[in-house]
Amino acid sequence: MIPLSWYLILSGILFSIGAVGVLIRRNAIVIFMCIELMLNAVNLAFVTFSRQLDSMDGQIFVFFIMTVAAAEAAVGLAIIIAVYRNKATVNVDDINLMKW
Amino acid sequence: MLEALLFLIISLITIVCALCVVFQKNPIYSAIFLIQTMVSLAVLYILLHAQFIAAIQVMVYAGAIMVLFIFVIMLLNLSKADIEGERDNLLFQKSSAIILGFILVVMIGVVSVKTVFQGVKGEYTPESISQIGNTQLVGKLLFTKFVFPFEIASILLFAAIIGAIVLAKKKIIEDEKA
Repeated sequence: MIPLSWYLILSGILFSIGAVGVLIRRNAIVIFMCIELMLNAVNLAFVTFSRQLDSMDGQIFVFFIMTVAAAEAAVGLAIIIAVYRNKATVNVDDINLMKW
Repeated sequence: MLEALLFLIISLITIVCALCVVFQKNPIYSAIFLIQTMVSLAVLYILLHAQFIAAIQVMVYAGAIMVLFIFVIMLLNLSKADIEGERDNLLFQKSSAIILGFILVVMIGVVSVKTVFQGVKGEYTPESISQIGNTQLVGKLLFTKFVFPFEIASILLFAAIIGAIVLAKKKIIEDEKA
């Protein structure tokens, strides 16, 4: 059987790629996709631990994370559309109305 | 042995596609690579004996959520300058973000290799799960042990539907006033 630490390392790599993506990209949609990538990495860690501990709880949690991700995607993309309508851009550097 | 080989190939595909998501200039290519990342994660879930999660990973993530993303990208119809215009190349921020990302990978790697993860073993070994059926077990738990979070999830989805409509509808209401 594959050592479970391999899955955890893969999960860590995916999470880091997502985090770096959020930091270096300026396109709001791509930033959003990187957040989805980080959520997926967490899901992988959940399923891995669920397998290791012979428990179903991790898989149920992944189910709920997917529910939250779907809700988040719908609302987040609606916000991006609303912002694009007002400012005609999705570059996060130009969206600074709430900057103090 | 075959399983390890499969894992290595799939994880390589996953990592390369994830990197492409971040470093592609055009958001639509990023979205396509993200779909590939999610499908290969579904294969990893099957390797971990989580068939139901693998199925909804393909249907909900690679299907529903990514269709939403691609729909919005096409709806916005970004100009070429908007797509490729990473105008102010924040070199300091980018390089430091990549270095910090490497440090994060190393830290997570060290922790997951060195730590001996121990916990209370549950009752669902892969053998007992395959006897009952993975999907049946998930359904049973959703309606017994996790029935309260399950109901809250329905309220959350309802709120998300209303929120998405309210946020995206604004323009039409203003048009009617004018």
